[in-house]
Amino acid sequence: MTQFITFIKKEFYHVLRDRKTLLILFGMPVVQILIFGFALTNEVKNSKIVIVDEAKDEASAEIIGKIEASRYFEIEKVVANRQQIEAVFKEGKVKVALLFPANFSKDLQHQNKAQVQIIADATDPNNATALTNYLSAIIQDYQSGLNQTRAVPYRIVPETRMLYNPQLKGAHNFVPGVMAMVLMLVCVMMTAISIVKEKETGTMEVLLVSPFKPVLVILSKAIPYLILSLFNVGSILLLSVFVLDLPINGSLLLLLAESTLFIITCLTLGIFISIKTASQQTAMLISLMGMLLPTMLFSGFMFPIENMPFPLQVISNIIPAKWYYIIVKAIMIKGLGFEAIWKETLILLGITIFLFAISLKSFKIRLA
Amino acid sequence: MRTILFLLQKEFRQIFRNKSILAIILVMPVMQLIIMPLAADYEVKNINLVVVDHDHSTYSRQLISKITASGYFRLTDYSASFKEAMQYIESDQADLVLEIPHGFEKDLIREDEQQLFIAVNAINGTKANLGGAYIGQIIRAFNQDIRLELLQPGRINPLPTVEIASSNWFNPLMNYRVFMVPGILAILVTMVGGFLTALNIVREKEVGTIEQINVTPIRKHHFILGKLIPFWILGNVVFSIGLLVSWLIYGIVPLGSLGVLYSFVTVYLLAVMGLGLLVSTFCETQQQAMFIMFFLMMIFILMGGLFTPIESMPDWARGVAAFNPVSYLISVMRLVILKGSGFRDILPHLGIIACFAVVLNTWAILNYKKTT
Repeated sequence: MTQFITFIKKEFYHVLRDRKTLLILFGMPVVQILIFGFALTNEVKNSKIVIVDEAKDEASAEIIGKIEASRYFEIEKVVANRQQIEAVFKEGKVKVALLFPANFSKDLQHQNKAQVQIIADATDPNNATALTNYLSAIIQDYQSGLNQTRAVPYRIVPETRMLYNPQLKGAHNFVPGVMAMVLMLVCVMMTAISIVKEKETGTMEVLLVSPFKPVLVILSKAIPYLILSLFNVGSILLLSVFVLDLPINGSLLLLLAESTLFIITCLTLGIFISIKTASQQTAMLISLMGMLLPTMLFSGFMFPIENMPFPLQVISNIIPAKWYYIIVKAIMIKGLGFEAIWKETLILLGITIFLFAISLKSFKIRLA
Repeated sequence: MRTILFLLQKEFRQIFRNKSILAIILVMPVMQLIIMPLAADYEVKNINLVVVDHDHSTYSRQLISKITASGYFRLTDYSASFKEAMQYIESDQADLVLEIPHGFEKDLIREDEQQLFIAVNAINGTKANLGGAYIGQIIRAFNQDIRLELLQPGRINPLPTVEIASSNWFNPLMNYRVFMVPGILAILVTMVGGFLTALNIVREKEVGTIEQINVTPIRKHHFILGKLIPFWILGNVVFSIGLLVSWLIYGIVPLGSLGVLYSFVTVYLLAVMGLGLLVSTFCETQQQAMFIMFFLMMIFILMGGLFTPIESMPDWARGVAAFNPVSYLISVMRLVILKGSGFRDILPHLGIIACFAVVLNTWAILNYKKTT
């Protein structure tokens, strides 16, 4: 046992000595939380709009005033004819154009009907849809201002409630995702690289000929990263509670227990990669391309799984991060208990045991 | 000049000898370009709907069939109560609950106003926002139909209405892949240029061969040019393969001229390779270089406007984005490939990237020390 503790100490020295890597390990989750929390939103805000006012009358001026006053749009310029729209779009700053045909006011007054045209730059389809919706809402607002005196009959009033996340903040979706990604990065990549490094520099041989059990050599490598990862979980949770105001609705103890399970899954994965590879570069590339990328793609926090083609949906099931992501979302945001996530926990446990078994089987004491 | 030629020969030999890395350089981008756009589909469709219909009237049935026929929604199930429907939301089987109150049809006619209750699972903000907007549109249209059906002509004067016609340019089918492919191509060019340069020099440090070069009369800028040129060529090759793949698989042909695209990409590669060089001068081991590059790339990619529009970011983040080379490339790719912008449109971008290239490379050369 004292032997084992000595080995763990040795590993800690290794980890703590490399200041630059350590800084990034702890800085990464903080920066990710800040970026995701404050910089990335799909919210429509300050979108540049160009207005083609062929009417130049009082109704068009009033609508333009309304647009100017809204925080969604920023009027880039008002141009006189519609041929200029394309040139403005090609410069790339303006995302939407609003066109008032000539005689806009007159049509509205005399025929009770007038037309406007919204032209959106649909290279970003979702943004185009949102902009068109917001612009339509402003125009409809103007219209109902005209109709104030008369009540519209047979109104259906939809009352919409946004559950769990009434302000539509992105945080609810990504905090669990960032947790999965950071744990994956620390555990899989760092463990794999640190074991392969001993192989590459030849110190593995020294360790293997010592009276210390080989399996314990590997385990002692994993433990510092387990502790580091728990620190990262703690810092992410603290940041999300105190900086992003995202409360933990479920039990904290359950969340930590599930996180530990996921960390162990990742560590086993890292150990498995290190057993199968011989050089640091290969280990890095495999963990990066084979693990991190699929985690980003298939865990469901950046890309919606239900939109993917069927084969990719099937593949997503073998990604441990997907299950962890579901678990964290259930506990943290929906505040559900263990009975809601036992299935996912079982799957994660199964993956861990499977990886552990094949690692143990392919682990060789003798170097080739 | 002759020195550089010899150095180039050495670098190319090293690259072509390591078959596995070469394969990764050339095959990975193609794989990514094929899989990523398939996966990164943010189009909001297949919103799972649970209906709690307390009314069971003609109107409620009409409304439900209108919603399911729109193509955005998928009816998961009918529930008897709201509580039951919430279980679907909790287990992630449904995104949206529509509750139609008892007496919906009768009261609509009698009292002129009726409410519908919609509860949206808003953990995914984008989906909730668009899902709510879609169902709102459908209900408005349904309401309009009913009003026309119920109102006898002439009962009230027609109200002044502004008709809104909307059209979508450059991507009329609103295909999300069209939006993603040029962005992903930009990411690939960045990764190949940045990572390879950074790792390559640090490897020489770690293995110790850099000492051998340091004791020769090779000048600093010779050495660095010798490292840059091979990866600059490789970057252009990867970019060409990427263009070819996006044409063959997604049928995306640049609307603008290839000359404009290539002239921007060549300058851009210099900038991002300068960054790789700079990182490599600060690091001792490949592990460090890898992590630092990974860290920078992550920030650049997330804040580069690939997924979310830059203009909706807060001011400080837009300030950071102004120093982010990736955001310029993503924007130019989309401008030229999708909108056919010309040289004059991207001139400001090109100027900024050229500045990046000069500053980063000069800094890297100054920071590279031949003595340890």
